[in-house]
Amino acid sequence: MNIASLTIEQVQAGLAARQFSAVELAKSALEFAQAENPKTNAYLHFCPERALAAAERVDQKLAAGENAGPLAGVPLAVKDVIVTKGVRTTCGSRLLERYVPPYDATAVVRLEQAGAVILGKTNCDEFAMGSSNENSAFGPVRNPVALDRVPGGSSGGSAAAVAQGTAVVALGSDTGGSVRQPASFCGVVGVTPTYGRVSRYGLVAFASSLDHIGPFGRTVRDAALLLETMAGRDECDSTSAFAPVPSYTAQLDGTVAGLRLGLPREYFEGLASESGDRIHQAVELLKNLGCEVREISLPATQYAVPCYYIIATAEASSNLARYDGVRYTTRANSTRANEDTLSGMYRATRGEGFGAECKRRIMLGTYVLSHGYYDAYYLKAQKVRTLIAEDFHKAFAEVDAIVAPVSPFPAFKIGEKLDDPMEMYLSDIYTITGDLAGIPCMSVPCGKTSEGLPVGMQILAKHFDEAGMFRLADAFEKAGGFAGSN
Amino acid sequence: MSSSAPAIATPEEIGKYEPVIGLEVHVQLNTRTKIFCGCPTGFGAPPNTNVCPVCLGLPGALPVLNRRAVEMAIQAALATHCRVNEFSRFARKNYFYPDLPKGYQISQYDQPLAEHGWLDAEVDGAKKRIGITRIHLEDDAGKSIHDGFKDSDRFTYVDLNRSGTPLIEIVSEPDIRSSDQAYAYLTELKQIMQYVGVSECDMEKGQLRCDANVSVRLKGAEKFGTKAEVKNLNSFRFAKMALDYEVARQVAVIESGGRVEQETRLYNVATGETVGMRSKEHAHDYRYFPEPDLVPLRVSDAWLEEIRSSMPKLPSEKREEFLGKGLSDYQVLVVTASRRWSEHYEKAAAISGDFIGTANFVTSELMGMPDALDRITPEGTGTLVRKIKEGEISGKMAKHILEKMYETGESPDQIIDSEGLRQISDTGALEKIVDEVIAQSPKQVEQYKSGKTGVIGYLVGQVMKASKGQANPAAVNELLKAKLG
Repeated sequence: MNIASLTIEQVQAGLAARQFSAVELAKSALEFAQAENPKTNAYLHFCPERALAAAERVDQKLAAGENAGPLAGVPLAVKDVIVTKGVRTTCGSRLLERYVPPYDATAVVRLEQAGAVILGKTNCDEFAMGSSNENSAFGPVRNPVALDRVPGGSSGGSAAAVAQGTAVVALGSDTGGSVRQPASFCGVVGVTPTYGRVSRYGLVAFASSLDHIGPFGRTVRDAALLLETMAGRDECDSTSAFAPVPSYTAQLDGTVAGLRLGLPREYFEGLASESGDRIHQAVELLKNLGCEVREISLPATQYAVPCYYIIATAEASSNLARYDGVRYTTRANSTRANEDTLSGMYRATRGEGFGAECKRRIMLGTYVLSHGYYDAYYLKAQKVRTLIAEDFHKAFAEVDAIVAPVSPFPAFKIGEKLDDPMEMYLSDIYTITGDLAGIPCMSVPCGKTSEGLPVGMQILAKHFDEAGMFRLADAFEKAGGFAGSN
Repeated sequence: MSSSAPAIATPEEIGKYEPVIGLEVHVQLNTRTKIFCGCPTGFGAPPNTNVCPVCLGLPGALPVLNRRAVEMAIQAALATHCRVNEFSRFARKNYFYPDLPKGYQISQYDQPLAEHGWLDAEVDGAKKRIGITRIHLEDDAGKSIHDGFKDSDRFTYVDLNRSGTPLIEIVSEPDIRSSDQAYAYLTELKQIMQYVGVSECDMEKGQLRCDANVSVRLKGAEKFGTKAEVKNLNSFRFAKMALDYEVARQVAVIESGGRVEQETRLYNVATGETVGMRSKEHAHDYRYFPEPDLVPLRVSDAWLEEIRSSMPKLPSEKREEFLGKGLSDYQVLVVTASRRWSEHYEKAAAISGDFIGTANFVTSELMGMPDALDRITPEGTGTLVRKIKEGEISGKMAKHILEKMYETGESPDQIIDSEGLRQISDTGALEKIVDEVIAQSPKQVEQYKSGKTGVIGYLVGQVMKASKGQANPAAVNELLKAKLG
């Protein structure tokens, strides 16, 4: 069997036809992933015991003639910011190098109950902070499409694993574009659901009001199936939504003719790159499918980057306070840590443990929440956030979905942008608005640059209209022949 | 005088000034489980056993608000005449400390649960209305244990059992003008919380904690002076002493031409002094912001009414009610000392049918017995008082029976039966004894009949002796008079 290109449907068909057992599939997948991983560094560690136990359960159910679940036997990679009981969860940080959680994230529980087989935990920017996966304490991830390039971030490991074929599907997390941007860089499908659609219980917090767990797949259908399996109200997450979860995969019927699509003027101004050309071609394809395309305006977009970097860093400065060396965090070993003062231990542990990007954001966030600055920064940013959400609300009165680029440029070279965090922040412009508004959005492959680098098209939809978003993406993917195109 | 010795103002100097005091009281709510997770709240469990990912602050864990904690906080708010806000929200209070596992406390900041309340504090019969600024909900931290271990010279141990215990913080207006008023306010507040049943307020278990904001100003001045916050007031008595000290210290600073610093001070129980801990420059910046892991808290009218309608009566209402029954001020004070006393008294009075008699009995007999409420039931008290009233037993017998009840836990009837203590009022049984006494005392009978009626006392005494004290003296008297006619 060719693991590298399997879809969930093929896994299910193979199991049903007894071409392979779940245990055989898990073993081959683990073997393949472990052999291929050194090329990309996509996985930080594997969990073969857990994987084989899960596969065993699937085989037992199949043998007993029971329903083994919609994801029976499907090899899954999980970003290392999502906690797994008994399996190290490092968040790409030295501080959690040895941390083994005593509980599972709700999303993980639901996927395993549906038969998924977790192969291992994937690399990411430290505490999901970054757009290139170069901020991992355990080394950068290489883009499987072009090994000298970044896979995007922060869920770079998950995107790379799916693109490389070392997992069929993967979980990532998106706070400002951390699923969609690496999906576009690696040529896979990446989804950020409506805020509250998937429980955050067990997702290590970066910026709580912006954090989402999202799926990666090589096809829209696979990503949709993963999402519908893990979505829905969770009593452990007060912010999870009560809205029922429809079957997204049952609605992938190609009926997109007559859909009204909006192209936000602000997202296309100055988009002169090859990435822009691919998006324009994609829009032509959508027109050919019968979609009605019109220009719209989202005027508050110009404030999105500062707004995002105030809210996200403010919440991060608080969320990352618990990594203090007192309990599970690795305590610094230096002489400073052995000073007899508590603050000395804190300073040494956090000073030595956090990477530069985390420190930068903790400091920014601490500053904007400080006494006397709160109103000028945090409060104002919250107001801007409301304006951004209102922009979308107004737009969705006119259009059914919005089509936009994911990133101004394709995957760049490792090290190329490291010295300019500001440019890195600005490149998040197309993805952070969806997180700020809490609406569902995704990246679907729409072709390649002349250098062969994948480009992703972004689709944004109304709150809880994942079904409409997937239907459009699926029709587009099939019309353009983009499925598994990386 | 050495410069480091704290200067204390003279009573004359202090007399020129007026203290301005506001109190911040933390009360631990009496819920079974913690405020944001399902762990039990019990006191005294082995360290770090009542914990889970949420109250340990493990990565990825999220808080879920305990409905019962909100209900209790609302009860406390209603009992202190606060307005309960329809919408309130939680905020993070950020600071680093080893017993604070999340690195922040989940509290309420700009939108508290309840505001604009008051309660009356009574000092020497004069009532002073103290405003309550706000009541908000928050979670407690764990406990740092600095001593008691072999290696306590080098290590501090942390017990997170208390982490996540629900608290309310009750913030008063700066309406308090003396340490006596502060003491009365705290006493009344504690009594209210106990009455409503939201907390046991056991200060030794940290269920009630108090900090004070203190300033002084010349009498007649309008502007408040600079305040100092005094922490570590572990009992009401210490609170009063600390306030007296702090007022005297501030007056002395001003009288000697100095200025009071805005700072946090710690009360030292051993020396009876307050000591500077943190100056304004070093004050924490808690970087409050709305807690993104919780949705805003909405208290609907229906929910509020449901809670309001199930509220028990407040101590102040009980006091009015009992005064109306004819109890003395002192008796009212005793039987409303706590909700348990009040309930015991009320139930007992309902059984005895005698409010004053029951109050007499409770204040004179029951009150002095240690842990009386754990050993004597309201039914027991009520039955005893009823039996006295109906002449079934004498007051002296009642005291004896009460002692037996206290020792054995038996009911009055069980003790009366087993000891044969039933008072004889039955005329037939008494008549027999009376006849015998008359027969055996010809001399005294003669005297009585000749007009020396005082001798009846002797005869009554003989009957009582023969009945082993069980005869009803009034009935005996009647019977003798009738027989000797």
